[in-house]
Amino acid sequence: MLFDLEIFLQQLVSPEYMWGAFISVAVAVLALVLATAIGFFVALGRTSRKPLLQAPANAYVWFFRAIPALLVLLIMWNALPQLIPFFSQDWFTPFIAAFIGLGLVEAAFMAEIIRSALLSVDDGQALAGRALGMSPTKVMLKVTLPQAIRIALPPTGNEFIGLVKYSSLASVISLRELLTTAQVGVNITFRYAEYYAAAIIYYLIIVSILTVLQGMVEKKFTWTSKVKVKKTRALASATKAGLS
Amino acid sequence: MILLPESSDIERTVDQPVLNVKNLHKAYHGQEVLKGVEFEIRKGQVKAVLGPSGSGKSTMLRLMALLEPADQGEILLNGNIIGTSVRNGKTSHLPERVLAKQRQDIGMVFQKFNLFPHLTACRNVMLGLTSVKGVSHTAAREHAMEMLERVGLANRADHYPSELSGGQQQRVAIARALVLNPAVMLFDEPTSALDPELVGEVLDVMEKLAAEGMTMIVVTHEVRFASRVASEVSLFDGGVIVEQSPPDDFFNRPQHERTRKFLSHVH
Repeated sequence: MLFDLEIFLQQLVSPEYMWGAFISVAVAVLALVLATAIGFFVALGRTSRKPLLQAPANAYVWFFRAIPALLVLLIMWNALPQLIPFFSQDWFTPFIAAFIGLGLVEAAFMAEIIRSALLSVDDGQALAGRALGMSPTKVMLKVTLPQAIRIALPPTGNEFIGLVKYSSLASVISLRELLTTAQVGVNITFRYAEYYAAAIIYYLIIVSILTVLQGMVEKKFTWTSKVKVKKTRALASATKAGLS
Repeated sequence: MILLPESSDIERTVDQPVLNVKNLHKAYHGQEVLKGVEFEIRKGQVKAVLGPSGSGKSTMLRLMALLEPADQGEILLNGNIIGTSVRNGKTSHLPERVLAKQRQDIGMVFQKFNLFPHLTACRNVMLGLTSVKGVSHTAAREHAMEMLERVGLANRADHYPSELSGGQQQRVAIARALVLNPAVMLFDEPTSALDPELVGEVLDVMEKLAAEGMTMIVVTHEVRFASRVASEVSLFDGGVIVEQSPPDDFFNRPQHERTRKFLSHVH
């Protein structure tokens, strides 16, 4: 059996695959947003000097780094509705269970990324902010955080790509994301190579777009006024190289 | 001659120190760094503080700037106790939010500049105005440009700290502190982290400030600056102010053995 290009291309542009890819990215985006929000406060707790804030933050990271994401998803989807009637209602879909479950797990890892980013900002920065009379919140928002974000961006990009792939775990709770879509197709047609190849292409496209986006965001956090100059120079030399 | 109560009151307010430090104590891990510092400065005075490295001069400034709490002692700004409150005879440290307000009146310049690397020179100067004093962006920019003009860096307003020399960074840092119109400026070894050829431009700005009547406390190793610009020079050693006198007396007729010894090392 040869690789059938037609089946491959057909699947590549099929609405099922596009929808599956969209679901995968959507779960990853929402999980990352949730993880960053929770992770930020957990990181604040872990860097705090107050034991009352530190202890729960440490416990969170300890717990969610230990539990496999797959188990968390199974608990979210199967155990939670049994224990709490609130989660057995219609609004609690596999999609919501997936992004919350992955978000909770990811938050523990994001907390560590954010914590190390916060710690990497020189102590003198907060000191200078305080000396200006800024409140602790202002110091965090205007001085420490912008510098920490720059440090946290590359590892966060990693985590995001990881989440896109982790979203395939949600197949166990019957979420039809990208990989499940491929698997369902395979089960009917047995055209493994063509269906899996289409999935590969989608993952490659998603990660390529993310990489470009990450580069753009990182550029926003380069603090020199010469960025534009460098860019035109790079462009100019690229054109020259292209011409010659 | 008997003075009327009113006139003595007036005299007291006119003569009142801008910053007055009484019996300041501070220890780190049981090691006493400040052992009862007494210090005061009046409006328009420039006080230079000399002393061996690691003697606690920087700690003294940090306590004066309310960046760290004192273990004991009082700090008065224009006659009002700052940093602590006394209730029922008990002294307690004020919460960070209140301290933040009080710090606005004290300008601080650090040895390592501590400019915000993610903001341009102008934005560095503006931040105190926009985020602390609630000044509008346009007004803040205008005011910040005036300050940069004062330190001779208006043409570098849109450069980031990484694009400025050490001397230029420190001058921006001075403008950043100056823009909030503080009652007193504290300089913590402002030229110690600079290459020798860049020291002059920073000292020139400081000298200009002094001439304009700014009240300044300068912890420094620059003996020449101290002797030329300061109204009084102090020797800080062993956790206390050892000697305090006008520069001419301090350098030519030191009273204390420790001052003589220190000066013999510097000269």
